[in-house]
Amino acid sequence: MSEIIKLTTPLDDAQVEKCHAGDNVLITGPIYTARDAAHKKLVDLLSANKELPIDLKGHLVYYVGPSPARPGQAIGSAGPTTSYRMDPYAPEILKAGSKGMIGKGEMGASVTEALMKYKGVYLAAVGGAAALIAKSIKNSKVVAYEELGAEAIRILEVENFPAIVAQDCHGNNIFKEGREKYEITA
Amino acid sequence: MREILYNDIVDKVAEICISANYQLGEDVINALKKSRQKEDSPTGQAILDQLIENATISKDGIFPLCQDTGFSVFFVNIGQDVQIKGGLLNDAISEGVKKGYTDGYLRKSIVIDPIKRVNTKDNTPPIIWTDIVPGDKLRITIAPKGGGSENMSEVAMLKPADGAEGIKNFVIDKVSRSGGNPCPPIVVGVGIGGTFEKVAWLAKKSLLRDIGDRNPDPYYADMELELLEKINKLGIGPQGLGGRTTALDVHVEVFPCHIATMPAAVNIQCHAARHKTVTL
Repeated sequence: MSEIIKLTTPLDDAQVEKCHAGDNVLITGPIYTARDAAHKKLVDLLSANKELPIDLKGHLVYYVGPSPARPGQAIGSAGPTTSYRMDPYAPEILKAGSKGMIGKGEMGASVTEALMKYKGVYLAAVGGAAALIAKSIKNSKVVAYEELGAEAIRILEVENFPAIVAQDCHGNNIFKEGREKYEITA
Repeated sequence: MREILYNDIVDKVAEICISANYQLGEDVINALKKSRQKEDSPTGQAILDQLIENATISKDGIFPLCQDTGFSVFFVNIGQDVQIKGGLLNDAISEGVKKGYTDGYLRKSIVIDPIKRVNTKDNTPPIIWTDIVPGDKLRITIAPKGGGSENMSEVAMLKPADGAEGIKNFVIDKVSRSGGNPCPPIVVGVGIGGTFEKVAWLAKKSLLRDIGDRNPDPYYADMELELLEKINKLGIGPQGLGGRTTALDVHVEVFPCHIATMPAAVNIQCHAARHKTVTL
């Protein structure tokens, strides 16, 4: 396995270009959360040429709807949700300045193209390792759409958040390559 | 008639909502450990290690196993000599869900309407399947079901001519197309027979079995093992990033069907294969 890449957010092109499908990364810094309902709201605003409630420039968007935080904890469990549901929105979010996303499961061809075009990276976190991931989240604050509950947009402060480069800005895709490597056809 | 108090049901349901979401069954933990030994992919090994560690952290009762604490699906066996005192059974289960999901800091994941999509804020209503059985006991099982794996499930109305091969191809193709989306390693629930709605129920019910429990009919037990072997040759691996561990088990449940039909269903369960039972 290759050595671990440390990413500090917000990201620039150089950091994104360093990431190749299959690499292990540790993310430190602020990241935004958004899932289905928040994406619809953001993309509706972009289509109407209206200002967004958050500045996406250089930021990673984490597809997560955390469980409620217990008193004294920054957050509840906070593993990734399935990313393909954000396929219709992700290219618009990248175009608006985001440098990528964190989720689970493969994203579609239109997202691969957008990652190449706008220099973004799709990072896979381990779905269901939600209690473990919560340990790397030091702070959480709702910054938009509080009425959406678990689906509200939060800004998280993360420290050494573990993820794997799934689809990179060079057009590589670990879901395809990994599967081909271990498939037994005989 | 044996009387069971409404409030006792509420409290017990709340308890199993919480324990199901914080304590992964030993059967699943053991299956993850066994798969870890057999996994060739370094990424896959690392992911399985994380899932085992995750279950250990979760057991302390601060962080649920997964942030998706699921749709609360119940299977209830009601002894025919039982009388519920103080209210209705469904109300008691619903109140237990509300209490468990609030007291246990579990995520509220249910919207009141599929199109209008406003959150009910207490994870109600639950889905309740009841069965009347002999005796004077009330047996309640919760199987919280996450949305990501549920989305990868399907019913197919196959032709009788499709036979066993048709069923197996349908199951393997469904798992193959699901890839990393349902959080592999998965448990694959398969229903065969019955009617359109019954077959989906069979697939869901099969997921209540522990990992390693085989169908009592040797024919279907063999089919389960054959499907498991073929699924684990797909290469999907943990989280879909490549590897040998795509499924931890396959469970097949069967019911008689009409001369013109051969319904089949696949209900995919993520590795957080949660279920807890209480008997009152």
